[in-house]
Amino acid sequence: MNTRPVNRAQSPQPPSDDALLEQLQRAAFAYFQTAYNPTNGLVADTNHEGAPCSIAVIGFALSVYPVGVERGWMERADAVQRTLVTLRFLMASDQSGSARATGYRGFYFHFLDMHSGTRVWHSEVSLIDTGFLIAGVLTAAAYFDADEPDESELRRLADALYCRVDWCWAQREGGAVTHGWKPECGFLNYGWEGYSEAILLYALGLGSPTHRLTDESFSAWTVTYQWENLYGYEFLYAGPLFIHQFSHAWIDFRGIRDAFMREKNCDYFENSRRATYVQREYAIRNPGSFVDYGANCWGLSAGDGPQASARRIAGRCQTFYGYAARGVPYGPDDGTLCGSSTLSSLVFAPELVLPALRALWLRSNGDHATFARASGFNPTLVESGPNGWISEGEFGLDQGMIVLMIENYRSGLPWRLGRANPFVRTGLRRAGFKGGWL
Amino acid sequence: MFHSYPLPNPLHVVADDNEFGLNSRPAGWRNPQPREPYHLLVIGAGPAGLVAARAAAALGARVALVERHLLGGLSLNYGCVPSQALIRSSRLYAEMRNAEVYGVRTPQAIEVDFQLAMERMRRIRARAGRVDSARHVAAAGVDLFFGSARFVNSDAVDVDGVRLRFKKALIATGSRSLLPTIPGLDDAGYLTNETLFDITALPKSLLVIGGGPVGCQVAQALCRFGCRTIIAHAEPLFLPKEERDAAQLLADALARDGVETHLNTKAVNVRVEGGKKLVETINDGNVATIEVDEILTGIGRLPAIAGLNLEAAGVDYDPDRGIVVDDFLRTTNRLIFAAGDACLEHMFTDTAEASARIVVRNALCFGRVRLSALTIPWCTYTDPEIAHVGLYVRQARERGIPVKTYTVPLHEIDRALTDSEENGFVKIHVQDGSDKILGATVVARHAGEMINSLSLAMVAGIGLSTIAQVIHAYPTQAEGIRKAAMAHADTPPPRWMALLRRWWFAR
Repeated sequence: MNTRPVNRAQSPQPPSDDALLEQLQRAAFAYFQTAYNPTNGLVADTNHEGAPCSIAVIGFALSVYPVGVERGWMERADAVQRTLVTLRFLMASDQSGSARATGYRGFYFHFLDMHSGTRVWHSEVSLIDTGFLIAGVLTAAAYFDADEPDESELRRLADALYCRVDWCWAQREGGAVTHGWKPECGFLNYGWEGYSEAILLYALGLGSPTHRLTDESFSAWTVTYQWENLYGYEFLYAGPLFIHQFSHAWIDFRGIRDAFMREKNCDYFENSRRATYVQREYAIRNPGSFVDYGANCWGLSAGDGPQASARRIAGRCQTFYGYAARGVPYGPDDGTLCGSSTLSSLVFAPELVLPALRALWLRSNGDHATFARASGFNPTLVESGPNGWISEGEFGLDQGMIVLMIENYRSGLPWRLGRANPFVRTGLRRAGFKGGWL
Repeated sequence: MFHSYPLPNPLHVVADDNEFGLNSRPAGWRNPQPREPYHLLVIGAGPAGLVAARAAAALGARVALVERHLLGGLSLNYGCVPSQALIRSSRLYAEMRNAEVYGVRTPQAIEVDFQLAMERMRRIRARAGRVDSARHVAAAGVDLFFGSARFVNSDAVDVDGVRLRFKKALIATGSRSLLPTIPGLDDAGYLTNETLFDITALPKSLLVIGGGPVGCQVAQALCRFGCRTIIAHAEPLFLPKEERDAAQLLADALARDGVETHLNTKAVNVRVEGGKKLVETINDGNVATIEVDEILTGIGRLPAIAGLNLEAAGVDYDPDRGIVVDDFLRTTNRLIFAAGDACLEHMFTDTAEASARIVVRNALCFGRVRLSALTIPWCTYTDPEIAHVGLYVRQARERGIPVKTYTVPLHEIDRALTDSEENGFVKIHVQDGSDKILGATVVARHAGEMINSLSLAMVAGIGLSTIAQVIHAYPTQAEGIRKAAMAHADTPPPRWMALLRRWWFAR
């Protein structure tokens, strides 16, 4: 058994579940208060020195401000101003698509310089990350609904930014949406095949009043779905856990079904619940013989990993990966778990996530917030510390998911805002979703 | 624009292995006197041609078999047989380096003897060619002609000046490597899978341009012998038509072996400097240069139908897809059929042989056997192997067939654990709501063996529930198939049945 013994007689008891969640959510929200550039509203990808802006993290920032206002962590006026600075910058940004622009055709380069807002890291115009950004834009517009000048301007800018996105330009021959575009080589030579976090992208693209995707785009993508029976669970398969979570940060999939889910008598929320159970089953089996994997320690997803040298584990030569999309059941698996992804399944399977959170609290001697919010931790690398290796710093995507998914569990606010959004409703209907709140 | 590579010098091969030469093309062979008209004239003595010729001769027909190069064709001489022999040797070196995985101390010094492995390959190739040696083929009643055949009209060919008339003919001329046109490649020189088995020394470094099944097999094998191996593949994934999980497991396996992989990468230029070959590549607009000692390339296969003068026989063809045939493998000339790589989409030895049998029945026995009725498995012989039969999930969904997949990762199978061969899975696709097996993919060390029971089930119309009832020897890796079947059999019953059971057991 690859677990460390716990002296139950002396181990302290964790605080209540609500206290654990409050602490985590507050700490994650704090990221967005400091990772923000007040001159242009851009938000850093990580809190590492010199980190660029990630447009997806901007989207999360715009989405968590309403949560902060509701929770009393941020004044409404402050949240409005922050949002306005961001939206004004994006609206006025260079959309020429040149190598040093900010975006192209209403989309944005994945990574931008925090100060100038121009493209960095040779990054691509990213469809899905623009999708997260727009989701944040529309969430802000749905929440800040007061009839006063700043909030009116916010809503006007939000609509304009959404309507500017030329979704159908990015459609491949055959209908599905491509991954991205670079000025140097045009569209990237891989698309969105197989189930992924792109449901959000299709909902936004199909809901556009100006440049909407064609009606067959969604089915051109879902034809690549695979419904699998794995470890006794039947579900729409994808390896990394984040795929089952990201679109759910904004869209409440309970009770609404597209053609695929009607055929399988399921919905995407239930599917994510089953995917969470599959992740746990994998950790219980622990084919890699990694330390601490088990019923209360699981979660393979996209995240940071150790830059450790290869070593023998269970007889085989095990290499370690840096930032990678780890998945179940085929890996890659180097013993690195993603606490934020485990936590993001709270709303799907609290009966699994809360015990895992309490176990994390015990393992970390009360510092569960660090572990749960780190992009990755690896208990197998014992030389890195008493609890193994832990990713340094914080990644904005992880903090954003923690805030939103805990909030969906506690109050459902992000989902409420998503349900109220007319573009999202229209897009989902055009994708073939029916029933439930639709 | 593509071109095919000229044939390697057969004399070079004969010089290396006397028995191989005697079997595949004896020096001094004298073509027989023609016995016209032939009931069946077969052009091409690869797997399809040999099977057809023997089957027709066994029926008592007058059969002519014309071969311009070597008996056995691609499969025996440059394909499956020699590559499998080398793959097996290379696998042992990989296991030696990873002996600790099996609870064995890794040898301190592992000395690779590539020549020894090549000798073994040639020995095995010669043995494999014995049954279909020139002498045995002739002894089976087949008139064997070595020479180049070309049609002169709708019922006759010319073989190096000798006219042979036929009642029916079969074109089974196989295929050649499809090569990319890259400036400088010809001048720099390169290997294909047709010339690879002639090399006398292992290159220190090798760039494989084209990460298809054969490219991946060769890259892994040579890497395991100790060659620094790099793959440049134009697509974002290996094996784009395969299960994506299979492609990922293959990529992981290649990485574990130390193969350097560049996906989404095109080779655009080759030059030679200081005795090294420098290949310029482009990936998403980024240009890089790879320096290697040798290049291997092949981005598919083209039907080998040049020089047959098909127009004279009224046989339609497409340079890329081969000879145009109907579902009975008949060409646009009712007297002429085609089989194997010369006309089929699936260019595999087993398919070539099956198509040849169809032709013999349809051409000589008033048969009406359809090609589309065949269930065709295929296998990529990397480690782990990737085998498939039937429909892919995507194909089923595109046809509107509801499909469910039963997945068993190999880490669930005891024999995979005991053998430390856990990288892989069994996936069986059934028509949702039924017992019908639509297709399957197996990734395992012995996937090629395992897929055969699923092919059998599909051909015999056996449903997945029946497989669940079949006792599988324990412990075997094939148990993964039964576990998938058990998952299907354990599917919760309809609600009314569940209620009835609950009532019954509550009594």
